[in-house]
Amino acid sequence: MKARIKITLKNGVLDPQGKAISHALDQLGFDGIGDVRQGKYIEVDLSETDTAKARAALEDMCERVLANTVIENYAIELDGA
Amino acid sequence: MKSAVIVFPGSNRERDMLYALEQISGQKPLTVWHQETTLPDVDLIVLPGGFSYGDYLRTGAIAGLSPIMKAVKEQADKGVRVLGVCNGFQILTETGILPGALLRNAHLKFVCKEVELEIATSQSVFTSAYSANQVIRCPVAHHDGNYFADEDTLNRLEAEDRVAFRYTQATNPNGSIRNIAGIMNEQKNVLGMMPHPENLIEAAQGGTDGRGIFESALETIA
Repeated sequence: MKARIKITLKNGVLDPQGKAISHALDQLGFDGIGDVRQGKYIEVDLSETDTAKARAALEDMCERVLANTVIENYAIELDGA
Repeated sequence: MKSAVIVFPGSNRERDMLYALEQISGQKPLTVWHQETTLPDVDLIVLPGGFSYGDYLRTGAIAGLSPIMKAVKEQADKGVRVLGVCNGFQILTETGILPGALLRNAHLKFVCKEVELEIATSQSVFTSAYSANQVIRCPVAHHDGNYFADEDTLNRLEAEDRVAFRYTQATNPNGSIRNIAGIMNEQKNVLGMMPHPENLIEAAQGGTDGRGIFESALETIA
């Protein structure tokens, strides 16, 4: 089973990289660029076949290492779920 | 004062720290590899600067999972002094020993220069050799030193007198919220700071303003 995990900065956490990207897009002439936020995307292959167990394990991984929940949110997508 | 410096793969300021500790305490510090699971009996544990695990995932995140960190946390809970400098501060926030997080510098650049620090409190085992509101010079060298915590945490840190250092408004090098450069845990026996006091301890380094942190720790050990 493959998991796709999106990690994004929480609202209210300054994202200087997102700001720099927004500025670059603006400079390239793209109109109407508002807020840009940069995050992380992580793929994890799992041998687990039970979706509920896989999700529980992935949540544990996110809480303990993949995300820093002081500043980041995470969203887990599971293939075939 | 007996001290130990923890070395992670990618630490690079441990020698500066070992030198400073030996010069000031007169005792040779121990070095402890991150794979160890126990710590020697010491008065001060130091997590040095560097780029542990290449800053992969987030600064300090992988190092925070090293076997030795469990022992560091246990010792910290028992009241043993722990000092985390730069990457060491990042590791302390990642493990939750200190609150908040260190984000990418607001201007996105690596910053390597001298800044001015205001001693935010002299009521601690790390700052008692200074006077409150004293301004000292101290070098910084980091890419992710932009301290962040939510408003409640920040208010609590201030109410409990746990902010140790602030950048002076004019020299905040990274965008840290409320100019915070260093904070302590609830018991005030753990200090995390981005600046490098170990690099300003003798005239040959351009000054001695950083000595006070080590001297405070030394003086206040029974």
